[in-house]
Amino acid sequence: MNLPILTLITFLPIVGVILILSIDSRHKELIRVTSLLVSIVVFLISLPLYFIFDTNTYDMQFVEKLRWIPSFGISYHLGIDGISLFLVLLTTFITPITILASWHVERNVKEYMIAMLVLETGMVGVFVSLDVFLFYVFWELMLIPMYLIIGIWGGQRRIYAAVKFFIYTMAGSVFMLLAIIGLFFLNYRATGEYTFNLLEFYRMDISYAVQFWLFLAFFMAFAIKVPMFPLHTWLPDAHVEAPTAGSVILAGVLLKMGTYGFVRFCLPLFPEASHAFIPVISWMAIVGIIYGALVAMVQEDLKKLVAYSSVSHLGFVMMGIFAFNIQGIEGGITQMINHGLSTGALFLIVGMLYERRHTRLISDYGGLTKQIPVFATLFMIVTFSSIGLPGLNGFVGEFLILVGMFKSRILYASIATSGIILAAVYMLWMFQRVMFQNITHEENKTLKDVSKRELAVMIPILLVIFWIGIYPNAFLRKMDSSVKHLLEQVERKVLVTPNIQKQDNPDLHDNSIPKIDIVPEKETEW
Amino acid sequence: MLNLVALILLFPLIGSAMNGLFGRRLRKESIGYIACGAIGLSFFISVLVFIGLLLLPPEERIFEKHLFSWIQSGSFNAAVGFQVDPLSSLMILIVTGVGFLIHIYSMGYMHDDKGYHRYFSYLNLFTFSMLLLVLSNNFLLMFVGWEAVGLCSYLLIGFWFEKKSASDAAKKAFVVNRVGDFGFALGIMLIFLTFHSIDFTEVFNAASHGEFAIGNITITLITLLLFMGAAGKSAQIPLYTWLPDAMEGPTPVSALIHAATMVTAGVYMIARCNVLYMLSPFTMTVVASIGATTALFAASIGLMQNDIKRVLAYSTISQLGYMFLACGVGAFTAGIFHLMTHAFFKALLFLGSGSVIHALSGEQDMRKMGGLKNHIPITYKTFLIGTVAIAGIPPFAGFFSKDEILLEAFVRGNVIYWSIGAFAAFLTAFYMFRLLFMTFHGESRVDPHVKEHLHESPRNMTIPLIILAGLSIIGGFWGLPGASALNHFLSPVFGGHGHNEMHGVEAGAHHGIGLPSLMMVVSTLIAIGGIWLAYQMYVKKQELPKKLAERFALPYRILYNKYYVDEIYDAIFVNPVKKISVQLWKKVDAMMIDGSVNGVARFVTGTSNIFRFLQTGYVRNYAFYIVVGCIFILILTTWLNK
Repeated sequence: MNLPILTLITFLPIVGVILILSIDSRHKELIRVTSLLVSIVVFLISLPLYFIFDTNTYDMQFVEKLRWIPSFGISYHLGIDGISLFLVLLTTFITPITILASWHVERNVKEYMIAMLVLETGMVGVFVSLDVFLFYVFWELMLIPMYLIIGIWGGQRRIYAAVKFFIYTMAGSVFMLLAIIGLFFLNYRATGEYTFNLLEFYRMDISYAVQFWLFLAFFMAFAIKVPMFPLHTWLPDAHVEAPTAGSVILAGVLLKMGTYGFVRFCLPLFPEASHAFIPVISWMAIVGIIYGALVAMVQEDLKKLVAYSSVSHLGFVMMGIFAFNIQGIEGGITQMINHGLSTGALFLIVGMLYERRHTRLISDYGGLTKQIPVFATLFMIVTFSSIGLPGLNGFVGEFLILVGMFKSRILYASIATSGIILAAVYMLWMFQRVMFQNITHEENKTLKDVSKRELAVMIPILLVIFWIGIYPNAFLRKMDSSVKHLLEQVERKVLVTPNIQKQDNPDLHDNSIPKIDIVPEKETEW
Repeated sequence: MLNLVALILLFPLIGSAMNGLFGRRLRKESIGYIACGAIGLSFFISVLVFIGLLLLPPEERIFEKHLFSWIQSGSFNAAVGFQVDPLSSLMILIVTGVGFLIHIYSMGYMHDDKGYHRYFSYLNLFTFSMLLLVLSNNFLLMFVGWEAVGLCSYLLIGFWFEKKSASDAAKKAFVVNRVGDFGFALGIMLIFLTFHSIDFTEVFNAASHGEFAIGNITITLITLLLFMGAAGKSAQIPLYTWLPDAMEGPTPVSALIHAATMVTAGVYMIARCNVLYMLSPFTMTVVASIGATTALFAASIGLMQNDIKRVLAYSTISQLGYMFLACGVGAFTAGIFHLMTHAFFKALLFLGSGSVIHALSGEQDMRKMGGLKNHIPITYKTFLIGTVAIAGIPPFAGFFSKDEILLEAFVRGNVIYWSIGAFAAFLTAFYMFRLLFMTFHGESRVDPHVKEHLHESPRNMTIPLIILAGLSIIGGFWGLPGASALNHFLSPVFGGHGHNEMHGVEAGAHHGIGLPSLMMVVSTLIAIGGIWLAYQMYVKKQELPKKLAERFALPYRILYNKYYVDEIYDAIFVNPVKKISVQLWKKVDAMMIDGSVNGVARFVTGTSNIFRFLQTGYVRNYAFYIVVGCIFILILTTWLNK
């Protein structure tokens, strides 16, 4: 592997930015086409990652490592494993789609497209960085274009939403920065070496007390990003005010940075603290699942409804990660992708409606199926994907998560499972009010069905929705080695360190529950 | 043979895809032929499979085909694989056979609908899903079929989505089913945790090899959770409320999905898991009690309904109750037997009612019918056969299957089950003949405008009726008491237990040789009693029902309003959840959480505003602060040094 694929996909968008800078801002169509082409090329270059990816090793692959600031041991260190692979692909897949979906943006097209491409660099960078300093740089980098996208091309309360988004995330990031510096010095004290290499950090043995505080600091950053209840209130505002593409990227990729962070940092670096936090995080996740669903149910604004449904969905992801077994984590990762696709698609759908009618209020619609049947079909498939209908993507992730959680904590899983009922309630009720019954507003009688461009936006997502639903093993097998390794890492550390109570540990490992009759053994968990 | 099984599934799927994708551009005839052709081919292959199975010795009548691994993660492995055994082969025969007739009927019934291609696409998709449900060889794939039939049910109930009632009913059906599926899903997880597998063969083998004592608490829990799913899909108390509303769908849909096939999935599931259920006497009691209660409860509601389809809907719920009663006392064969005969006569009744509705240009209220028997003679005659069959008059199909359930309930269960079942049978005979008399006999109450257009249905509708009528007459002979071919055929699946020759009749012999015969006589008398009463009230003394309603106003109102169950559910579940959600949104989310977030922001801005006044930019002010500071420090140090 001599070709630096990861560098290419990370920085090619920046090359695109330079290209666009050289185009006069009056040539809107040219700018759009250029940025679309760039993002498609990035996607095409990223595809081989999937095919060449070696499923037999848990080591980082496609690694590139260059010295950057040697005096602090900072290096340009990239690489992916089975966990980040799909998040990278998701990012490169979603970006061209959102660019195509932004064709109608007329104001400051040049700046808009530049922001989108810079955003892509930031997002990919976060997922491929193995140097923690570099990670942090990308983490902050991606905030800025997103802030601009909401703040400039957003809706009426865009400034409020953008500032809220920015400050909220920054507040979390500050804690993370402190923790990163802490890790740096801890490692220095242990090894006498300056480094920000994440893989080196993994080798550290950190005492439980220190783990606790560092975990908490990372937790703040990631939990806000996920967002976990009760740190979620920036999300509905950001979603509602963001332009369609902003919402899609926000839901599709940005939220995944939080959950990814837990998998990449919290679990392997602070395994005991993570264990200790299982009840807290699980309850936050459970509350998020049910609370998000209930609040979503009564929303009057389509975008808000989808935003609150994200809180519910991401609750499932967190639950899977903190199940601490292979089904839970693989389900969690799958669900990250699923949520990116389904919720991204929902925002695209809402965006299409908004472009036609310039309203997001559910009560302004009704009976659209008759007028725009093709749109209705697309919408329905996406709706059922979000509900978690078997055969579509959502089910696979949700079910694995619940199986994983069920193995470790039956009660939690049982409560969370009720979320599948509520999901059906809020999604179908919304669908009914928007698409069924008679048309009550005159304006809706002249709506146009989906255009070819809109089909081109939706079809790729739908194909993947079916693909994951029907043959998820194509995805799950690529994760196996990395997830197993992650669990081994966690388990090893927890086992050697004495200061953690063993009975508080659910089965870390897949094969660690040989008992047939689980009920007596688990009685304390009920 | 096994490759053939894949074809059974494939044809409807292809049919559905063709009509779904290209139906808009196809002619109506082509759409109908594609859909019917797909199911026809499936039926043909199902017959081949069935015959192939019959040619084998009974112990070899089981095949499994593993297609591919679907979801695999760690030790969790769900496959896409099929299983053909006597039970599933019987089910595919019913699904494709009755389904084929209903498809043909639909060509006539739906002929003028603009959603013609959509309708057939859904209907084929439904058949595919139902076949998936009964053919799958593991719990999760069964769950896929289970949810997929739910989806098709949703789509078809809401087929006329412009009507609010239809789209409400569709949503209700899906959500109530989801409540059941919640239990089903948890059940599957618990099965995985207990058996480390979700394959039928492995689970049932492990369960039958004595690893679990009878009454094992885990098994009880598993079976109860699965039963929750069954109660949702098969419309049992307390999850039955969606089925009457589901009548908003086109009538052939009611016949196929909400009478003959989908709603019986719960019965199928319990029969499939008979090994597990036999390990838990407690669950069996629950199943039997809920079945018996539902049979009676739904029948009593059926007495007072005026919508022809709703009567049939409550009747379906009630008949499903019988099937669960049978399963609950361990008479799985009897349950499946009734499932089969019910598929024949209830499909017939629904299609017959569809033919009535068709003739009356959409009228469903029986108070606006009457005297139709000479106008639509074929419909009348076939409907009469169906009614007699469900009422339980020998030698029609319903008689044998219902009688067997009552016998089993008496022998294996207790007198209470039997008396509930018998009383419900009396009610059944009564309300069905009430329906028959109100619709076809007596004075015509038909609207004069409608009356001008009265017509018998076209051939593609009447021929399915005639075939189903034939099946309703002879279908029972396959399970004749004492010499039941069905028992023999299903015995590999139900092993020792669902076998009534071994337990039922033997035990019957214990009670005296004449018990089965005695039961038959009693059943027949009960049915005749019900019919006689209906005849008295709705043909001879037509003023009687009204008088009775006035005399017993309260019970009448309760029954007429279906015990107010929908209203109670709204008051207990639907409205509070909505209210709480609004509170959560407005109070908790907007005021408390976001309020504190914005509060922090305001606090920061507020304090900065105060401190901003210190930054005046005048040197003299800063010099003043310095002096004050110095003095302060001086005082502080001297004070501290003291």
